[in-house]
Amino acid sequence: MSDVTAETAAPAPPTGLKRLWKSIGLLRESYVGMFGAVLVCFWVFIAVFVDLLPLQDPLAQTRGAQMLPMLTADAKDVMHWMGTDDRGRDMLARLMYGARVVLFWSVLATVVAYSIGMIMGVTAGYRGGWWDEIISFIGNVFLAFPQIVLLLVIITAFGPSSQLGIWMTNELGLDKTLVSGSLIIIAITFSTAPQVARIVRGIVLDLKTRDYIAAAEVRGESPLYIMLVELLPNARGPLIVDACLRLGYVIITIALLGFLSLGLPPPDPDWGKMISDGRQWGYNGLNMMLWPALAISSLVLGLNLLADGLREISLRD
Amino acid sequence: MAKQGATVDKDTPVLECKDLSISYYTRAGEIPAVVDFNLKVMPGEAVGIVGESGCGKSTVALAIMQYMGKNGAIVGGELKFMGRDMRTMSEEELRNIRGSRISMVYQEPMASLNPSMLIREQLNEVLIYHEGISDEEATRRSIEMLDAVRLPDPERVMDSYPHQISGGQQQRVVIAMALLSNPQLLLLDEPTTALDVTVEAGVVELIKDISKRFGTSMIYISHNLGLILETCDKIAVMYSGEAVEFGTVKQVFDEMRHPYTRGLFNSIPLPGADRHARPLVPIRGQLPLPHERPRGCNFGPRCDHFRDGLCNVHELHMEPVKGQSGQSVRCVRYQDIDWDKAKPKAVEAETIEFGPTVLQVKNMQKYYEVNDGSIGALLTGKTTRYVKANEKLDFEAREAETVAIVGESGCGKSTFAKVMMGLETATGGEVILNGKEIGNLPVNKRSPQLVGSLQMVFQNPFETLNPSHSVGSQIARVLRKFGVAKDKEEARQKVLELLDLVKLPRDFARRRPRQLSGGQKQRVGIARAFGGEAAVVVADEPVSALDVSVQAAVTGLLTDIQRKRRTTLLFISHDLSVVRYLADRVVVMYLGQIMEQGNTEDIFSPPYHPYTEALLSAVPIADTSIEKKHIVLEGDLPSPMNPPSGCPFQTRCPRKIGAICEQQMPPLKEFGNGHRILCHLDDDVLTSMEPVIAMPGDKAKRGKASAKPATAPSSGRAKAAAAAAALAAMPAPVKEKARPAATPARKKAVAPARKPAAAKKAAAKPAGPVRLKKPESKADDLKLISGVGPKLEQTLNKLGFWHFSQIARWTKKDIAIVDDELSFKGRIERDNWLKQAKALAKKSGR
Ligand SMILES: Nc1ncnc2c1ncn2[C@@H]1O[C@H](COP(=O)(O)OP(=O)(O)O)[C@@H](O)[C@H]1O
Ligand code: SF4
Ligand code: SF4
Ligand SMILES: [Mg+2]
Repeated sequence: MSDVTAETAAPAPPTGLKRLWKSIGLLRESYVGMFGAVLVCFWVFIAVFVDLLPLQDPLAQTRGAQMLPMLTADAKDVMHWMGTDDRGRDMLARLMYGARVVLFWSVLATVVAYSIGMIMGVTAGYRGGWWDEIISFIGNVFLAFPQIVLLLVIITAFGPSSQLGIWMTNELGLDKTLVSGSLIIIAITFSTAPQVARIVRGIVLDLKTRDYIAAAEVRGESPLYIMLVELLPNARGPLIVDACLRLGYVIITIALLGFLSLGLPPPDPDWGKMISDGRQWGYNGLNMMLWPALAISSLVLGLNLLADGLREISLRD
Repeated sequence: MAKQGATVDKDTPVLECKDLSISYYTRAGEIPAVVDFNLKVMPGEAVGIVGESGCGKSTVALAIMQYMGKNGAIVGGELKFMGRDMRTMSEEELRNIRGSRISMVYQEPMASLNPSMLIREQLNEVLIYHEGISDEEATRRSIEMLDAVRLPDPERVMDSYPHQISGGQQQRVVIAMALLSNPQLLLLDEPTTALDVTVEAGVVELIKDISKRFGTSMIYISHNLGLILETCDKIAVMYSGEAVEFGTVKQVFDEMRHPYTRGLFNSIPLPGADRHARPLVPIRGQLPLPHERPRGCNFGPRCDHFRDGLCNVHELHMEPVKGQSGQSVRCVRYQDIDWDKAKPKAVEAETIEFGPTVLQVKNMQKYYEVNDGSIGALLTGKTTRYVKANEKLDFEAREAETVAIVGESGCGKSTFAKVMMGLETATGGEVILNGKEIGNLPVNKRSPQLVGSLQMVFQNPFETLNPSHSVGSQIARVLRKFGVAKDKEEARQKVLELLDLVKLPRDFARRRPRQLSGGQKQRVGIARAFGGEAAVVVADEPVSALDVSVQAAVTGLLTDIQRKRRTTLLFISHDLSVVRYLADRVVVMYLGQIMEQGNTEDIFSPPYHPYTEALLSAVPIADTSIEKKHIVLEGDLPSPMNPPSGCPFQTRCPRKIGAICEQQMPPLKEFGNGHRILCHLDDDVLTSMEPVIAMPGDKAKRGKASAKPATAPSSGRAKAAAAAAALAAMPAPVKEKARPAATPARKKAVAPARKPAAAKKAAAKPAGPVRLKKPESKADDLKLISGVGPKLEQTLNKLGFWHFSQIARWTKKDIAIVDDELSFKGRIERDNWLKQAKALAKKSGR
């Protein structure tokens, strides 16, 4: 048959950075997503640069300046924009430093839970058979527990005040925050990873029927290679959206643990703990509860809207 | 006029499109999907629309249904149904017309059926809604209609859910549903593309006489010229949003005038000719995107008869063909082209010496175990059942040979490929590659060399490459894996060589798969398969998902490489016409068994196995001069879970002789030369069969590469030998010069010298952009700016913009002003317009 000249060349492919820039450009078309992104960026910015901001020491307790309402100055004429808490600590500073604490632990917990969930999901979905039965069974067991009960059981059983926790802090000399933090991560992994696994498994079940997977099998690739290189990168679209939502839930969970005094140990500012600190003062503690509550909801709202926006633009063309 | 129920005027077209233009509005601006489309459908007439995917066929259908989605709109022309412009009708009126007076059948039957409703309910609903008749009456009529679309056992079908019947039956139900309301116009958009060949043949048989039996006019959309020939009276050939040729089927098939139409015909295989007598000629290049169409003739950049200064000057219009009433064509040169000279030349039949036997398949058997959890199975204790995917495969393939494996979906072709590749192991028998048993060797136990010597080209171009990795890295991975390339540098070099081999530009190595067209992806797939030292390549329907004009190029490439490298090619396909063009031997499979095998010539001439005979007659043929037998098979493929007793084909065989076929496995009959048929029919019955496909004045022996005229008199095709002689004596074809001139809008060049002057001018006039009255001299064709369609051009003209140079001078402020005036929702890259306008202005010298 006759020769074919090469088909006409299309424009050169955009490189990594340019592609990223283009995707951000696309996000501009979704107002909802844009709004979410702004909220999230705000908190991320605060969390990263909080040291450089002209804030007071979040741990410094000012005598005689307890529970000031917002926009009041204390005796030393220091302005407390958001007032102070029951120990005379500056709310604004605590809130901002709290952002760092919350974001650090929630992102870390989400990453860990996600990695484990992805490995479970991709294995169950791709290997199928016994792998799938066992992984799905384990996942279902954890999902069958009410989430909050699961968290409470894990934290009270292994928390800082448990035998194990005491041993870890006293004998091993581990930092209390570290112990509580890892525990939070473990608890969240147990409750979140099965959900992630379920989503990943669904996506993989669809992807694994594609010809490029057959092509990889035909050239004798190992299952590990196929799962990591051929399958997971193609699941990233829906997973990025899901990760945004999931991060929101994790933030709420961490706040909830803090609220139940099961979270990070004092005196580090933790939004959930801040709310519960205010709660014991009843109506008088309203100012103490208002700000952290607003912070949590704005961050979670931002993540949800961002996820919506990402989904919207990924559905278009 | 023409109220519902009023008598139909014989001279009023049922549907008339006059200069219809349809655009979609997207991020990139206005996309003119269809431009100046003209079509008249008279009562009882069937009109075919043919063209490559993306040319706007479906858009026309959706516009007729007035289902344009929220980003599509008719932007010009008229669309008249029974003499009334549909654009002026109210939503209420349209609703009444849709579904009752115009019905549509889509490619996917399940798109029109509700999976959770009985077919009875869905059919009756149509009648009750439109005619308000009683339920019993509706049931009676529905059953009648199911009978009319030749569904066996209509009562049973009525009480089934859609998923309980087969795909072919579903499509018949959809057609019945569309016909129930007795529409004046039936639109069919690729109604058989999702079906198997023999099932398709049955549905086509039905569609063919819908017009006659029901008096319904029809618009039949397809990419398959053969199907249009079988079903339609007239045909419109579409290319890149325009009709390029229109006429009766006879006119267009015998005396096509447009180079694109001719290109389409030259790229499809026809029976009665083979690859030597009438080589397939692909159309080079690709369909331009709607907003990247060239100036002048849209086909220009791909046309062999392109003339600079003639074809790329102004927009072309459909012109009536002299001496042919009713035929029209959109080509300025149609009278000047000497088709006899431009005929594809016959090539010398190359003789290939086949080497030693490379592959032996001996009584290969593959059963899949399935666990049957149903209560019945549990009671009888038979919880494990077997799917007999391959029953007893027995054939050989030699070095450099192409063996085609033909059969419909579910016949076990892919299972066999999986066993070959080591993704499954055989249940019984042997598969021997170069003396080594591999049927029981899973892929992870095979050596890299063995894996590399057995490779595969996959069916679906959109799935064959991993979207996350670049083309180059995917090919390189194969090379490293097979140990062909030791290090990165060597792999890189080899990747480039492989890209050369499959005739893709080298910079494709850096591209992502989504930046490639279907044909290009398939080429990468071929490069990957030949990356190792492949001894056997299995190609599983490698071209069935591609457009016809690209198919030829890809099959050509595949066989070229295969012959050059003396690789054995197992070509899996359902399309016998393609197989005839490239196979040396053919194996016909049905329900996991080989029904017939032999050399290609022997398969395509009697004696046939009854199944092969049916398959051959099911292939649509785009040639008016060829007579073919119509054998329509009853029923559907049986399930391989419980295959029929005796002969596997007995449930559908039109030649079945009786009980013996149901009780005994037929014997394998030898007809010499390795031609074997599995059938109870007597030898003399088999040998006295008539050819399925009859050539005009067919006396000579068929099949052989005789350089006899294959087709209609004086048509562009055929007379291969004569053409070859003529070509030898002819000077080389005129080479086009200045090709780039055909695509001015694509140039990104900016005219720097003009910029300051333009800016100054704009600055001197603070009151917004420069506007002009309608110029006496010719206005520029603003549509050449991508993102400007006919609608936006009109608006721009109204605002006083007539020339590229005006737009080129817009400042940011001007753009804002213009944006306000255009009142166009959505973001358009106006800067881009400026750049383009500048380049265009420079070109036109204003
Ligand atoms: N909803 C849409 N939005 C934007 N562009 C579209 C839309 N639908 C179709 N198109 C474009 O319009 C052109 C014609 O498409 P279509 O009518 O589907 O062609 P065909 O049916 O011949 O394959 C194509 O370039 C396609 O990409
Ligand atoms: S107008 Fe010119 S480029 Fe277009 S089809 Fe005719 S000859 Fe070819
Ligand atoms: S054996 Fe009988 S049923 Fe089978 S193909 Fe031959 S004639 Fe038909
Ligand atoms: Mg279409």
